[in-house]
Parts: sequence; structure tokens; C-alpha cells
Amino acid sequence: MKILVVVKQVPDSTTVIRIGSDGKDIDRAGVKMVVNPFDEFAIEQAVRLRETRSDVESITALIVGPAQAAEALRTVLAVGANDAIHLEDQAFDQLDDLQTAALIAAVVKAGGYDLVLAGKQEIDLDSGQLGPALAELLDIPHVGVVTKLEFADDGKSLVANRRIEGADEVVQVSLPALITCEKGLGEMRYPSLPNLMKAKKKPVRKLTAADVPGFAEATAGVGGSTMHTLEPPPERPPGKILDGEPDEAVRELVRLLREEAKAI
Amino acid sequence: MTNDIFIFAEQRNDKLHPAALQIVTPAKALAEKTGGQVVACVIGDAIDNAATAIDKAGVERIITISDPSLAMYSALRYRTALTAAVQKVDPKVTLLPATFMGRDLSPRVAVRTKAALATDVIELQINDGGALDVVRPIYNGKATCHVTLPADRPAIASVRPNTFAAPSGAGGAQREALSFEPASGDERIDVKEIAKTGGDIKDVTEADIIVSGGRALKNEDNFKILFDLAKELDAAVGASRAACDAGYQPHTRQVGLTGKTVTPKLYFAFGISGAIQHMAGMRGSKVIVAVNTDPEAPMFRVADYGIVADLFKVVPLLTAEIKKLER
Ligand SMILES: Cc1cc2nc3c(=O)[nH]c(=O)nc-3n(C[C@H](O)[C@H](O)[C@H](O)COP(=O)(O)OP(=O)(O)OC[C@H]3O[C@@H](n4cnc5c(N)ncnc54)[C@H](O)[C@@H]3O)c2cc1C
Ligand SMILES: Nc1ncnc2c1ncn2[C@@H]1O[C@H](COP(=O)(O)O)[C@@H](O)[C@H]1O
Repeated sequence: MKILVVVKQVPDSTTVIRIGSDGKDIDRAGVKMVVNPFDEFAIEQAVRLRETRSDVESITALIVGPAQAAEALRTVLAVGANDAIHLEDQAFDQLDDLQTAALIAAVVKAGGYDLVLAGKQEIDLDSGQLGPALAELLDIPHVGVVTKLEFADDGKSLVANRRIEGADEVVQVSLPALITCEKGLGEMRYPSLPNLMKAKKKPVRKLTAADVPGFAEATAGVGGSTMHTLEPPPERPPGKILDGEPDEAVRELVRLLREEAKAI
Repeated sequence: MTNDIFIFAEQRNDKLHPAALQIVTPAKALAEKTGGQVVACVIGDAIDNAATAIDKAGVERIITISDPSLAMYSALRYRTALTAAVQKVDPKVTLLPATFMGRDLSPRVAVRTKAALATDVIELQINDGGALDVVRPIYNGKATCHVTLPADRPAIASVRPNTFAAPSGAGGAQREALSFEPASGDERIDVKEIAKTGGDIKDVTEADIIVSGGRALKNEDNFKILFDLAKELDAAVGASRAACDAGYQPHTRQVGLTGKTVTPKLYFAFGISGAIQHMAGMRGSKVIVAVNTDPEAPMFRVADYGIVADLFKVVPLLTAEIKKLER
């Protein structure tokens, strides 16, 4: 069995977001970039499957991103991927999520992957489109927002718990399939220093647009949204601190929630 | 491409998702600009009540696709059904609620219909060039961005729940039943069961009011006071990651970056410091109340109302005060 893990590099979740002077991107100076937290669950899940099953031949990591994204690949290789594909080209920076999915599909279509693991969403643009779109483009089933994943008794399909409002859907899905990963799956093991050193020697295939046959047609057929004009989030009006003894403050709170906020 | 605005009226067990009603509001506003109709589509098995509910929101046309194999959600069967309905109407814009189902389904339908897609949007309008302009939160709510979808392609957007108020209308929309034509391979996904989590209390993604507790609760037993308050308010109980990781509450109740994103009408944060990753999940709440012993807690910076006090004193007083209201 061959597993593909698609990962993205994103600003660390503690980053203070400042909008750049052109208003089209954030100010990236000094921003610490990390593996998208949901993609950490994906690589860890892949490694755990290999540890429990003898038929996992390989785990390949794939990233679409600038030169710097190689650091994220190195982390994922240190955690346990065997090899990686790095898609890097200025032409890729202009793609929206659906087009990125089309690019990845064009690259991996003939790869014979039995299982594709992605994150539930990236924590920078929060779009959550890529996994299901990639599955559609590869014409394979997917289960989204998965918190638990096991092989079914037949060994040819997976049983996944998928988070929905107030419940878990328990879904059986045949391979090949794509899973988008959510917290609940195991936390990523720490990439140790020796493993980070070893990761440097693992093969990374670099591809540009010219190396992807049918790139232009594949990405022209779908998507095409353009992101522009970033703004700080809507200001929240300054809050009121309710003074006095707790019982007075609570009475005032209930009055305000009722009369001013009309929330209860 | 017609000028119609199409909405996916999500239902489960013949009950319309509240967020499906809410998206009729922006759909009507868009249709006013394009001059098209608002067309709703209900997919499932035995969906009369759901269809009636969406009719009362004031849509002009309703397409139903009812089949026993659609009783439970399946990404493949539902994308096949929804794609068929979208292709029949050929709308300019398709809206889905940004629920677990809507978020799961929209990318697949976008690929199938060669559309462009924006997820989790909070504002939408047709610009002068006839393209759909949307605003959506990014960086877990630390910024918003404007996205324009190309005018020459169908546009699909999922809309964040609780962003718009549900409208009401006259009813009497024209109805049309489409039969479900499964595609080969659709059976590759099989939903075995729906396992309820959290017992009889609402989930944080379903409730209008959320009562959340943090590490300050110190143990699982102490959460009982939050459940008592939640009961009075018909609210859900949420928790910070610190509280979940310590085992006070299951992770299904975690709110935040790696928990659930919630946009309730009212959010109570009891003994939650307001770490950036917690706020990522709840800063879209309409009204926020913070109770914390530390006046410097960051949660006070986003709160509409704050009380600097011991939560173990405040919560029982609050529960008692709410009880009085109801009498
Ligand atoms: C990648 C990543 C993802 C994360 N995802 C999430 C997430 O999804 N959700 C999340 O919540 N966190 C998340 N975190 C963790 C987050 O950074 C914080 O550690 C966490 O939110 C803290 O929880 P807390 O506020 O309950 O605890 P603390 O920060 O310990 O705060 C406890 C608060 O209670 C107050 N307090 C103490 N006693 C009382 C009392 N008797 N009465 C009133 N107030 C009292 C204290 O003053 C303090 O402000 C994430 C972190 C990372 C790195
Ligand atoms: N540039 C990228 N390269 C590789 N994988 C990506 C990229 N962008 C997104 N993904 C994957 O798709 C998931 C969902 O991302 P998104 O749909 O962009 O929110 C991420 O968690 C990754 O697994």
C-alpha cells in the first residue's frame, strides 16, 4: 500500500497578524512557519498505519509552496515519510485552492496511491476545500473531518469516525480513498534531531510547472477566485467590566444581557 | 448560466438545519440584484417537513431529490444528487451552509460543475462587473479578506452559520421532484451509524448559547455548575483545550483552533484566559461574557461584558438569577 500525505506550511498559530502595506498579504517578516497543525495528524496517522501493518510500502509527502516550504517537508520526512515531492513555481502562487487541488491531482494521478491523507483545513486561509476537491479530481471517495481511523476487517476498506454536529458519523469507505484529518487522531511525535539529520538525505523530487504535463489545462478548468484586500477583523466595541460584589455584578449582567444585548 | 440563486437546504431526519434557513436571506439579496429566482434543493429520504420549512422562508422554487439511499449523508451520493440539481437550474450562484455537510460537499460540487468556490463567507454581493464578491475570515478570525469569484463561471459559496437571520415568506413555492440517478462508484462510501456524542445536551455547533469553562474549573465534577447553568439557558457546554486535555471534558466539546469554531449568539467564558488559539474558535460570537479572577486576562479584551471574580461564586448566582427570570 502506498500512502500520500499532502501538507502545507503555515504561520505558527501564535503569530500576530499584521496586514502588509499593499493590503494584499500579511507582513511575513519574522513570521515563524510550521507544518499546518491538521497535517501533523495526517503524517502521524500515516506512520502509525505503517507501524501496525506490514503492507505499507511507502509514505510520500507532497507540498505546493515556495523554497521555504522545504523546511516543512523536512519535518514530515523526519517524522517518517520515505520521500517527498516539492512543487515550486511562481505560477503556483496564483492558484486558488481548487486549482491547487487540480495541480496536485495532475501530479499524483498516475502514482498509484491507495490512501491520501490531508488536513481538515489550513489554519491560515481556513478554506477547507483542498481535500474533498482533490478526491473529486482523483475520482476517489473521501471522508472529511476524521477523528478516528481504522482498517475494516476485510483489510480493503477503512472505517472512519467523522465529526458532525453533536455526533460522529461512522463511515466505511473502500480504498483508494482520501481522508481529511481532525484533532482526535494521534498527536504528531516529536521530530528528533537525529531524524531531522537523516531526513536531509531522503529523496525530494522538485517539480515546476514545466514538469507537470497538462498543468495549464488542469488548472484552467476550475476555480479562479482571487483573494485581495485584507482587513483587520471587525472591531468589537469596548466591553463593560461590571463592578461591585458578585451578586450585584451578576444582577447587572442579567439585566444587560436581557435589555441591552437582547441575548437571553 | 441563468441569473438564479440556488441554495442547498441541508436536512437530517427531515429536520432542516437552521443554517439552511439563514442562507435564504443572502440568496434573496443576490437574486434581487441578478433578477433571478431563489431555488432551494432538499436532498434525503422522506423530506416533506424540510421542504415545507424551506418553503416558509420564502423561496420561489423547490427541487426535492428523495431516495432511500439518501437517508444518510454520503459525500458521493449527495454530490451526485446536488450536481444534478445544480446542472438542471444552471444558477449563477450556489449557496450552502458552512456546516460539516456543506463544507464537505461544496468542493466536490464545485469541481463537478467547473465553478469557483469560497468557503465560510460572512458577506456576499454581486459587484458591478457581475462577479460575486465575498468577505471571509482568515487566520482564524485574526483578519478578513475580500475574494472575487470570476464572473464567467458559476460561483459557489458556503456561508458561516449565524451570520444572517432567517427570513420568513409566504410559502407556496413551485415544487419539482427529481429522481435520484446514482453514479457508478457512489456505493464506495457507506455510513454505518450516527453515534451521538455528549448525551442529551446540545453540541457547541448547534446551540445559540454556549457556556464554556477552562482550566480554572479544576476537575470534571466542578463542570456540573456549568451544566446547571446551561440547562437553564438551553445552552451547550464548551471547554478550552486545557480543560479537555486535563480530561475534565471530552474533546468533542473543545472550542478553538483545534477544536470547533462556533458563532453563537451568546458565549460565556468562565476561567478561560483567552489564548489566541481559543479565541480562534469563538471570536465570531455575537455577545461574549468573560468571568475571570485575573483582570488582565486577554478574554476581557474581546468580551462585551466582564466580571472580575471567582467563577465558583458567579456561576451559581447567575443560574439562580436566570431561574428567577423564567418565573
Ligand atoms: C497548535 C495549538 C492549538 C491549540 N488549540 C486550542 C484550541 O482549539 N482551544 C483552546 O482552548 N486552546 C487551544 N490551544 C491552547 C491555548 O494556547 C491555551 O493553552 C488554552 O486555551 C488555555 O486554556 P485555559 O484558558 O482554560 O487555561 P489557562 O490559560 O490556564 O487559563 C485559566 C484562566 O482561569 C482563570 N482562573 C483561575 N481560577 C479562576 C477562578 N476561580 N475563577 C475565575 N477565573 C479563574 C485564570 O486567571 C486564567 O485566566 C492550542 C495551542 C496550540 C499551540
Ligand atoms: N499548498 C499546499 N500543498 C500541499 N497540500 C496542501 C496545500 N494547501 C492545502 N493543502 C492540504 O489541504 C488541506 C486543507 O487545506 P485548505 O483546503 O487549503 O484549507 C491542508 O491541511 C493540506 O493537507
